[in-house]
Amino acid sequence: MITLDNVTKRFGDVTALRDVDLTVAKGEVICLIGPSGSGKSTLLRCINALESPEKGRVRLDNEVVDAGRQDIDTLRGEVGMVFQHFHLFPHLTALGNIMLSPRLHGRPDEAKARALLERVDVADKADAYPDMLSGGQKQRVAIARALAMDPRVMLFDEPTSALDPEMVGEVLQAMRTLAAEGMTMLIATHEMGFAREVAHRVVFMDEGRIVEVGTAQHVFENASHDRTRAFLDKVL
Amino acid sequence: MNERVTRGVITLLVGAAIFCALAASPHKWNFSPTWAYRQLYWDGLLKTVSATGIAFVLGVSLGIGVALARLSRQLWVRHLGDLYVELVRGTPFLVQVMIAYFGIAPLIGVDNKFLVGTLALGAFAAAYIGEVIRAGIESVERGQFEAARSLGLSRTQTLVHVVLPQAVRRMIPPLTGELIALTKESSLLFAIGVMEMMSAARQTGADTYAHFEAYLVVAGLYLTLTIPLSLLARALERRLGSGTRTGVDLL
Ligand SMILES: Nc1ncnc2c1ncn2[C@@H]1O[C@H](COP(=O)(O)OP(=O)(O)OP(=O)(O)O)[C@@H](O)[C@H]1O
Ligand SMILES: [Mg+2]
Repeated sequence: MITLDNVTKRFGDVTALRDVDLTVAKGEVICLIGPSGSGKSTLLRCINALESPEKGRVRLDNEVVDAGRQDIDTLRGEVGMVFQHFHLFPHLTALGNIMLSPRLHGRPDEAKARALLERVDVADKADAYPDMLSGGQKQRVAIARALAMDPRVMLFDEPTSALDPEMVGEVLQAMRTLAAEGMTMLIATHEMGFAREVAHRVVFMDEGRIVEVGTAQHVFENASHDRTRAFLDKVL
Repeated sequence: MNERVTRGVITLLVGAAIFCALAASPHKWNFSPTWAYRQLYWDGLLKTVSATGIAFVLGVSLGIGVALARLSRQLWVRHLGDLYVELVRGTPFLVQVMIAYFGIAPLIGVDNKFLVGTLALGAFAAAYIGEVIRAGIESVERGQFEAARSLGLSRTQTLVHVVLPQAVRRMIPPLTGELIALTKESSLLFAIGVMEMMSAARQTGADTYAHFEAYLVVAGLYLTLTIPLSLLARALERRLGSGTRTGVDLL
């Protein structure tokens, strides 16, 4: 459903992604792990054209993802993204955040927005502004917001890294539910326990390359590459 | 509260000191010519307020254009915006209004001093206001923009529904500052013969030699316009300022 062919992305002299190939099947949950600066965020951001690769291409179902295409906004709407720092719109309530994109696309649906809040377990905060929410609540609202356009795939960029430890669980729980419902998900994360538990496949990245791809069990227990093992030794 | 009391006491003391110094000076005070010319001051006040008000509205409208130009993806549009701001900010308004009145106005066959002066003031204000608007837009975090785009909002929708609602709150205090500056700047319209407040003072002085009194009165009149605005700006800053963040570039 998502295919990256030979994707290379540079920022000046820094090569954030080098010849990355990856295929993600529908319903698959993939966790991206790797040291800081290894290119995890960049990979995710190429999938919804927040970054444009210099080389290679990204396809979503059979459409080429390209910031220049006419219907890029529609396509972006079909790729949900959740950020480390939430980026909720501070001038809108939780419900307003969720309804904004559907409303601007001509299909506002308050009942559905409320149901989404219910699904991530923050129904009681519908009328609260982001300032009044805890980090965990903010991130769950952000997940609901990303779901509002019925995305074909959800991208998570370290969704729990900015949270106080006691709030990590509630966000992971919302993601677990989503995975169980069959959502296709790509998750950059440092939560190794979570990766091991929900990921169908784990991708280890280093210096812009995909070093190793395999089942969680394979990557965590008998990785084939020294670099993967060295990284895991440090973080586990 | 404490701070406000201190501020009030200092204001009173300085005011009293200035008053005493003026009263004790060898100058022979004579406010009767100024009083006799009061109609001129009143008309001048109305002209100052209307020229400033119209120029401000014009400045905000053109300023939005200037800000969007300077944030444009198109290099040449950006350069045009930059050039406009550089030209306006790099020359005195007095020179600009002279060029407008003696140079441009005759070419396009306009002879109304108030109209030419006000348009020139608006065009002048646009450069400064455009910068305030641009800074306001840029103060919105980049993540807001990315979140909006990743939800499938177009650039325009992102600007209108996400960026501007946040930016406008932050622009209000500095825009009030621009309005104050514009009120004072409008005094230069005397140079092309617009009969605003400054002209009233000049007229009184020229006719009666009571220059000192005339300019003191007009200074007082400017303060009655600017002090309430500045108090308003401070109040707005207190109310809206708490939510400000340091931002990064955008658009
Ligand atoms: N906008 C940018 N401008 C310049 N360099 C960038 C930019 N974005 C990323 N980079 C660089 O690209 C490389 C990959 O960055 P990326 O953010 O994708 O890594 P990451 O794996 O997500 O790291 P982290 O775990 O710290 O989030 C890094 O060297 C980073 O400094
Ligand atoms: Mg990252």
